[in-house]
Amino acid sequence: MLTRRGLIKVAAGSATAVVAARAGEAEAREAKKMPEKALGLLFDGTLCIGCKACMAACKTENGMPPEPNPILEDTSDAYWDAPLDISGKTLNVIKAYRDDAATRKDEVAEGFAFTKYSCYHCVDPSCVSACPVSAMTKDPHTGIVSYSVEACIGCRYCVAACPFGVPRFTFDLAFPKISKCQLCEHRLAEGSYAACAEVCPTGATLFGHVADLKAEIARRRSLQPGTPTLFPRGRVDGDDRYEGLAGAYVDHVYGENEIGGTQVLHLSAVPFELLNKPPLPSEPPARVAETLQHGIYHFLIAPVVFLLGLTGLAWRNMRDAQREGGEA
Amino acid sequence: MTSAAHPVSHHEEAAPVGGKLWNWLTRSLLALVVIMVCVLAVRFVSGLGAVTNMNDGYPWGIWIAYDVVVGSALGAGGFTVAFLTYILNRGEYHPIVRPALLAALFGYIQTGFAVFFDIGRYWEFWHLFVPKYAQVNSALFEVAVCVAAYTLVLLIEFMPIVMERFGWEKPRRRLNRILFVFIALGVLLPTMHQSSLGTVLVVLGPQLHPLYQTNLLPALFLVSCIGMGLAAVSIEGTMSSIALKRPLERQLLGKLLGIGIVLAALFLVARFVDVAARGALPTAFELSWPALMFWVEAVLFGAPIVLLFTAAARRRAQRLFVGAVSLALGGILYRLSAYLIAYQTGAGWHYFPSLGELFVTIGLVAFEILAIIIAIRVLPILPTASDAAAHAHLIERTTR
Repeated sequence: MLTRRGLIKVAAGSATAVVAARAGEAEAREAKKMPEKALGLLFDGTLCIGCKACMAACKTENGMPPEPNPILEDTSDAYWDAPLDISGKTLNVIKAYRDDAATRKDEVAEGFAFTKYSCYHCVDPSCVSACPVSAMTKDPHTGIVSYSVEACIGCRYCVAACPFGVPRFTFDLAFPKISKCQLCEHRLAEGSYAACAEVCPTGATLFGHVADLKAEIARRRSLQPGTPTLFPRGRVDGDDRYEGLAGAYVDHVYGENEIGGTQVLHLSAVPFELLNKPPLPSEPPARVAETLQHGIYHFLIAPVVFLLGLTGLAWRNMRDAQREGGEA
Repeated sequence: MTSAAHPVSHHEEAAPVGGKLWNWLTRSLLALVVIMVCVLAVRFVSGLGAVTNMNDGYPWGIWIAYDVVVGSALGAGGFTVAFLTYILNRGEYHPIVRPALLAALFGYIQTGFAVFFDIGRYWEFWHLFVPKYAQVNSALFEVAVCVAAYTLVLLIEFMPIVMERFGWEKPRRRLNRILFVFIALGVLLPTMHQSSLGTVLVVLGPQLHPLYQTNLLPALFLVSCIGMGLAAVSIEGTMSSIALKRPLERQLLGKLLGIGIVLAALFLVARFVDVAARGALPTAFELSWPALMFWVEAVLFGAPIVLLFTAAARRRAQRLFVGAVSLALGGILYRLSAYLIAYQTGAGWHYFPSLGELFVTIGLVAFEILAIIIAIRVLPILPTASDAAAHAHLIERTTR
């Protein structure tokens, strides 16, 4: 007959074994693939002239409120929309790198360069994996990562999880929400496309299918810097093209491999570290976390086995006590 | 005392402590709760930004890091003592089952309140419990559902105490017959969500300092929460023995902390092997807050092992207390570091709790202490003085 101690050992042992076996054998969660018809943006810093037309169009088309420059807040100059960063009120910002006199465009020393801050629409987004109530979702066809205010509970796990620091929260509102670029999903339905790309006068922000954008990136990178070439404007598959000079790109397409790849890709002539783009591993943190979570909770086998063991022992011990103690 | 060997059956030997409910201590605690309510009024009218220093770089502050993550771990004594008593059938732990259960219940109620105050769209909190919205890949979903379920289980486990107080014998006997199910659930659920509180951080990826980001986070959180729970039960035992002028159950606390230091050792070994295996050890010697915290935590987990290594040392009241405080602090700092200090979200972001945030955290702790004081005065939770003496003999016997 099994002794009580033996029972405990069996129960504890089997539970541990199941957990260990699951954790050991559990294969990594399937890698997410870029949807075939994935939509995205190409931002080419060498074409950006810093006009911020994209910022104004983004505000208008998404109904976002103006945000004065925080330095000018509470002064008589706090009238115009001049955000320094994306925020609960701003989904898209053009920022500049500057060195010293900053007289030479797209050079590191004494130079300046522009870059765009907005959602990257990751292939394997951390925000979607983190959200406990499915408020962040990735469209299986377009790959657009969108936010449902109707579902959101305001826990801000997405804000914490995103390695790009994209989702922002309206801390200043009594009835707050998350703000993030949704690639003008609402305008796609109207046959239009991302407002930032639509208004960009130089094609620095270009809209299109990621596959086409990647082909365009390969074309630009294959050109000798300074070579005259045609640049598409608005959308990569459109007719609007103009002649410009190929940029002297650094050997890195930001977004190509970062946390498993993104649908918004950046070209730049200055290193991305100088543009405050965080260096990120190619392994998506969402995949690491889900592999771990699925390993522990695989079909709930381990918790159920553990619970059965616990229930059996608790039942036995309490029954013995009731019998011998004569009290319920 | 035939029932002494059978842990479940001697509930009668607990009794309300009695005494005045309205004294300087309860009045002060109530004042702190009132201050919290005032701060919360501003928070609900004007938004989180009006009273907290949270920002888009540090979207979680001390309401999550302390009240939820630390607060619930300090309540882990509830399930640990239940496990020792009912699952391992160790009768000697019986006198502390009810105090530990009480501390767990209010620890988790505090956690629930903190979540409600913290989430921006609190009126939608029920989405967490509706299949339509459920997102099972999220560690936070697991935590939320599991914490809510456990709080319910704690309430059910607590009911017999209330029924005993009011003499509802029939329902009490009925509930006792099926209580084993809830006791089993009450052990399973906390092991699940306490480990998931570690898993929550895995998806933050490289934003968490390499000394802290690891796939062992769930294991480290689970092991350390059991140590914290045992330490908290010991500290509460010491405090109540001083406050109520009762003899200190040294042998019992010694046994609890004997388990505590095994867990502390397990934690330290896992921590150092993991950090070394991932090649992160060099970062422990850099001049940074996470590196400093890493060592402070190691010292706090190490101290009780040294202080309470021998059985003789575990009979000395002062050492037991210092050891327990050190163990609890180690677990507290490990959690605060993982959730705030080691979370490096990029240049330009800073967070330090505002006065308003501190008042809410203090108010929640005051509420918890106030509730515990009232409960032990009006409900049969602590063992009666005579039973405590008899119990000391039992331990004397079983320890040999």
